[in-house]
Amino acid sequence: MLPVPVPRDIPLPLPADGFYLEPLLIVAFIAHILFVNLTVGGAVYVFLLQLWSRRRPDYAVLARAVAQTLTVNKSMAVVLGVAPLLLINVLYTVHFYTANALTGMAWIALVPVIAGAFVLLYVHKYTWVRLAHRPRLHLAIAGVAVALLLFVPLVFLANVSLMMMPERWSSVAGLWDAVWLPAVLPRYFHFMSASLILTSLFGVGYFGREKFVQQAGFETLTAPNIRRFFYRIAFGTSLGQYVIGPTILLTLPADGLNTAVLATVLIGAVISLAPISMMWLELKEPLAHRTRLLEISVLLTATVLCMAMGRHAYRKIRLAPHQRAIANATEQWNSDSSQAAFNARLRSELEASGRSVGQPIFEANCMACHARDERLIGPPLTEIANIYAGNPDGIVTWAMAPGKKREGFPQMPPFEVLGKEKLRHVADYILQTAAHK
Amino acid sequence: MDFPVFHLDWLNNRGLIAIIAILHVVINHAMAVGGIPLIAYLERRGVRATDGTQAQQWDRLAFRMLAIFFFVTTTVGALTGVGIWLSAGLVNPYAIGSLIRVFFWAWFTEWIVFVTEVVLILAYYLSWKKWVGTKKVSHVKLGFGLALASWLTMAIIVAILSFMMDPGSWGTDRTLLSGFLNPLYLPQLAFRTPVAMVMAGAFGLVVTAFVTPRRSEIQAAALRAIGGWMLAWMPLCLVGGYWYATRVPVAMKAQLPVALLTQQLAQWSHGAITVLVGAVVAIGLIALWARLAPRTLPRVVLLVPALLAILLLGTFERVREFTRKPYAIPGYLYSNGFRKADYPILQRDGVLAHATYTRVRQITSDNEVEAGREVFNLTCTRCHTVDGINGIRAVVANMYGNQPWSVSALDAYIGMMHNARPYMPPFPGNGPERKALATYLVYLQNHADTINGAQRDGVMVLPRPRRLADGTLIIAQ
Ligand code: HEC
Ligand code: HEC
Repeated sequence: MLPVPVPRDIPLPLPADGFYLEPLLIVAFIAHILFVNLTVGGAVYVFLLQLWSRRRPDYAVLARAVAQTLTVNKSMAVVLGVAPLLLINVLYTVHFYTANALTGMAWIALVPVIAGAFVLLYVHKYTWVRLAHRPRLHLAIAGVAVALLLFVPLVFLANVSLMMMPERWSSVAGLWDAVWLPAVLPRYFHFMSASLILTSLFGVGYFGREKFVQQAGFETLTAPNIRRFFYRIAFGTSLGQYVIGPTILLTLPADGLNTAVLATVLIGAVISLAPISMMWLELKEPLAHRTRLLEISVLLTATVLCMAMGRHAYRKIRLAPHQRAIANATEQWNSDSSQAAFNARLRSELEASGRSVGQPIFEANCMACHARDERLIGPPLTEIANIYAGNPDGIVTWAMAPGKKREGFPQMPPFEVLGKEKLRHVADYILQTAAHK
Repeated sequence: MDFPVFHLDWLNNRGLIAIIAILHVVINHAMAVGGIPLIAYLERRGVRATDGTQAQQWDRLAFRMLAIFFFVTTTVGALTGVGIWLSAGLVNPYAIGSLIRVFFWAWFTEWIVFVTEVVLILAYYLSWKKWVGTKKVSHVKLGFGLALASWLTMAIIVAILSFMMDPGSWGTDRTLLSGFLNPLYLPQLAFRTPVAMVMAGAFGLVVTAFVTPRRSEIQAAALRAIGGWMLAWMPLCLVGGYWYATRVPVAMKAQLPVALLTQQLAQWSHGAITVLVGAVVAIGLIALWARLAPRTLPRVVLLVPALLAILLLGTFERVREFTRKPYAIPGYLYSNGFRKADYPILQRDGVLAHATYTRVRQITSDNEVEAGREVFNLTCTRCHTVDGINGIRAVVANMYGNQPWSVSALDAYIGMMHNARPYMPPFPGNGPERKALATYLVYLQNHADTINGAQRDGVMVLPRPRRLADGTLIIAQ
């Protein structure tokens, strides 16, 4: 078993109590992830719809409409990501930066990867007409953008998982090690499914409007068709979540789970039954209305909130002992460090005034029995300096536990209470003064 | 010491940050802070134009410019902004971690302004073709509102940047406000604002040259307008630049009583001022040309101001980076990631004894090279690579040439390197570590080596030493 690293934290106070920052993190995170879902899900839809448009040309029109929404959604996803990033930086400074460093290449690759995906999405959007005669190339551009975007959540999930498993830090070197950590891949699929569900519901609400369909100019697609299309995918994927979700619970290390976490997650899962059955009801109706969409969204938001809280609580519980150890180590370090700084200052002051550090200690403890040239109770320092020339540690060893050496001398008392460090200063002082003159 | 050491042994960690940061600053200044008000100004020219086709041409130019700026800012611009964070978190987590703690609420406010900025730019761009007719005036107003939001984001971030050069009274009272109101803040803001405007003009010239028909009426009019825009901001650039350049050495001198550094700084700021003045004059001349005789301007010349502006900003950022060395946060944190306050304990016990991640805890006679390599990794790699940019082999070779390097000479040099080269922090380790490091450097004279960083090699965790009640450190073998 390798020791679990216990780094020291940055010794500056948090900007506010965790009590306020944590809820802020949860809310900011949900807002961010909502747009991330719509961006990733939207890009996947653009690609798939365009692919399927060979069989059904109307899908190309729909794909183009979905592509239009990405302009806003992707920008919101990025800008809303700043707040959770900021919060996680202060709340989990050590854990987050450590995970980042250990997956450093992938982590920094996020910058060109996401920027590249966005550039390609724009290119794809603005060449819709110009590349109409080269459909494969046009599709390939979307394909590369999607592939890039699919890489991004993997990096994030690897990081947030790695950060809460300090016991694995010394066995991870790079993204591919982190990807195999417990629950990373199930969480990835959970996230991808959530993206599809969310984007589908967005599709029902936005592209399923009569007004949109009228303007879009489909050949055969009708608004109910579109609603049914999106509802079907949302429903099917949602069922899948009941397999993936429990897999996550089972693969996560159990020491972050307690009744509260389990209850929160289960409540979320139970709530989700309602919107999913509503999707089913909508699907059964011939026109696949949007009437229940609001309820579905509200209830799913409740589910997402439960999941996010459960996730946060899990991390908090799992990291609590490590956080405490870090706090202790930090405190210990600060006190050791300032003690060392104090000693160093003292020494330099003493040296500046021509005295040594050992002198005051010698005067307080040894002077009663030892003088420079004459015998008091113990032998003179000149004699001692002769015996221990170049061997200050010998004096330390002696003074920690003096033996009985000289005839007619009493036993010298031990000075181990002073500690080796101080005795060493005394020894230096003795050798120095006795050698002088 | 407490974070795994991310390291790029060819590009250099600072190179990574520099690429991302310069890209971001150029895009941000030219295409957002300065670009948006320029576009709103051009759009307003269209609204004001009495002639219908002219109005349309101005509008089309402004929109095309926006489309280009929008394309770049919402992709590379946005991501390099986040990238500065990500890279800083990798390269110097101590610095960015400390800054975020101090500036959390500033950054949080920044984020709110930033969200506003993004929402506004989306609205401005996407509503361009919808808010027409009577709504056009509101659209121009929206543009200026967006310009204000862009400027505010910069105004906040500049506080953080100038704090990194001179924390002012934060050194003693450690509050957000005193960090924010540091002495270099206003001069820097006064400089950056007009620079951004001029840069936008420089980029605007390029865009105009390529999106309007050659030698057309609108091209000439637009070049004249943008030339005027640049000329109007130019004097403020000089005033702001002068104010800033004179404040920096004063502030740095107060920070660092190192005579040598002040000398080097004087040279630096001298050089910087020469570049600054030269570039500004050249940009000014071309702007004047655009103003007076736009039709005679060759296309290539139109590229010059944009390139010079990048050079100008690059130099400026370099001086800024340089002036805060050897610190990441002056007086508090060195740029090698070690806090100044921790030097006494580290110089007594050694960094290997206290590092959370290290492959060597204790130096023995047969692990000196390995130990020295770890010391190098922990204390020098924030600025040096082995053979890449600012490679240690090359800088040492530069000092000692091809004759056999000597451990004792290097040992002595490392002990005083902060005096010899004041942009380097003092060596944080103890005597034996200094010698081990010197041994490793000598070893490098005849051996190839690459330091991969924790992202490739992972980390090693050894048991921490125990401290006895009397203060002695016991290192388990
Ligand atoms: C109570 C009197 C007394 C005090 C106080 C005292 N010593 Fe001694 N010391 C002696 C005597 C007596 C001897 C001779 C013991 C013998 O040779 O058996 C001695 C011997 C020594 C020797 C010689 C050992 C040798 O190998 O010959 C050293 C070194 C020494 N003392 C160091 C110290 C130091 C350091 C201190 C203060 C921290 C100290 N002593 C305080 C009484 C004292
Ligand atoms: C804050 C960044 C920084 C740190 C940390 C740093 N250096 Fe440097 N070092 C520099 C720069 C910048 C140069 C100048 C390179 C040049 O002139 O091309 C330099 C130059 C040198 C030189 C050549 C000096 C000369 O006079 O030509 C040596 C030797 C050197 N560094 C060794 C070290 C060692 C050993 C460490 C670790 C203990 C270290 N440096 C840490 C930034 C740093």
